[in-house]
Amino acid sequence: MIWDNNFAVSVFPLLLEGLWVTIQITLLGTLLAAVLGLFFAVLRRLAIPVLSPVVSFFVVFVRGTPLLVQAYCAFFVLPAYGVSFDAFTTGVVVIGVNYSAYMAEVYRSGIQGVPKGQWEAATALSLPGVRTWGRIILPQAVRTVVPMLGNYLIQMFKDSAVLSAITVVELMATAQAIGSSNFRYLEPLTMAALLFLAISYPASRLVNRLERRYAPQH
Amino acid sequence: MRPSTEPQPLSADVALAPDPIIRFQNVSKNWGANQVLKSLNFEVAPGEKVSIIGPSGSGKTTILRILMTLETPTEGLVTVDGDTLWDVTAGQKVRETKQLRETRRKIGMVFQQFNLFPHMTAMENIIEAPIHVLGMGKAEAKERAADLLNLVGLGKHMNHTPPQMSGGQQQRVAIARALAMRPKVLLFDEPTSALDPELIGEVLNVIRNLAHTTDMTMLMVTHEMRFAEEISDRVVMFDNGAAVESGPPAQIFKDPQQERTRTFLRAVLQH
Repeated sequence: MIWDNNFAVSVFPLLLEGLWVTIQITLLGTLLAAVLGLFFAVLRRLAIPVLSPVVSFFVVFVRGTPLLVQAYCAFFVLPAYGVSFDAFTTGVVVIGVNYSAYMAEVYRSGIQGVPKGQWEAATALSLPGVRTWGRIILPQAVRTVVPMLGNYLIQMFKDSAVLSAITVVELMATAQAIGSSNFRYLEPLTMAALLFLAISYPASRLVNRLERRYAPQH
Repeated sequence: MRPSTEPQPLSADVALAPDPIIRFQNVSKNWGANQVLKSLNFEVAPGEKVSIIGPSGSGKTTILRILMTLETPTEGLVTVDGDTLWDVTAGQKVRETKQLRETRRKIGMVFQQFNLFPHMTAMENIIEAPIHVLGMGKAEAKERAADLLNLVGLGKHMNHTPPQMSGGQQQRVAIARALAMRPKVLLFDEPTSALDPELIGEVLNVIRNLAHTTDMTMLMVTHEMRFAEEISDRVVMFDNGAAVESGPPAQIFKDPQQERTRTFLRAVLQH
């Protein structure tokens, strides 16, 4: 099979549309994962009876099962119980919840990294718990994990290809569709790979710079 | 807060010793099999400046940490300014109560490692609690913080963050931060132990000024023997979880009554 430049040029706009969907999934999914993960991390740390162990179990469960299985369950099984969304929404929620479990661990390490003296100073000043978390602990904890969150964003960007399996028309699904309807896979799949790389490579360089900038202050 | 039901003295000329502002009654603290405090009885009078000396591991820092509610006593009663801070019977599970939170506000603490909030400026460090705990307006809090920074000689550093300051400067900001809560009792936990030798003087100067100009009760754990001698009304020697000897600095340093105090002072003053 020889590279057909005309064919490649003709399908490129379609792939860009797919890439745009991939980017949307990644940004929304990361936002969901970052917020939910933080919520889980704080809940686990607060050691609330029943609730914290449930969260811990949920995190272990999500981390211990494949993303693909979770996506299938959400898209093909849950509708049988009346929970049904379009593929895009389901995809964003599945990948966001999946990554939230990993991000919860990242936040946990960030929270543990805040020196004990910071908690003690907050106690000595009688700062209320919400204020201590919101103004003292989390700003320091999140700061140190920003580069790791960036790495997860890049990983999610690539992992989102899995969602093609539940009919989300992102970059991978677009490339596949072009390939199967034209019986030519070389051009669309190569270009899809290069498009992934064109985003993820500069992004990882950026994360490297963040790592230097957000080095711990202690 | 519990209303005070104790009768007030009828006239000032009746010579009554004032009620202690800090009272430890049979307070013990165990770490596993290790008994850090052994049924301690200890009192501090209002306005008194007390230094606690003694070898490491003698339980002196634990006293401060129990007062600041950073540690829970295993057993015993601790009152501050007439209010119960801790009332623990052995084996009881202790929870943080409203009473404890209210009483805690009367106490401030200066830590060995400063524990400033590194992501906030000196000013922000100081105004955080007055605004969000005392409910002070931002303008007033800032004005008072500026006064306090001037008091500790750092009026020009209000917009600096801790990483931009020396250890001595950080500790002075930490003292200003504690003062901003207007505590009745201020605790100092080895406030100069983490400092480079040339920075110790500036911090001691600030503490010395406070000791001479305020009627705040001050309780200090320190290894600076000459400083303790100079500013304290009373010095307490601790060893092995108990107060070995207590008295005016002249007595403790010049004429200690206990052999344990003598050997300790000989060891620390010899270098």
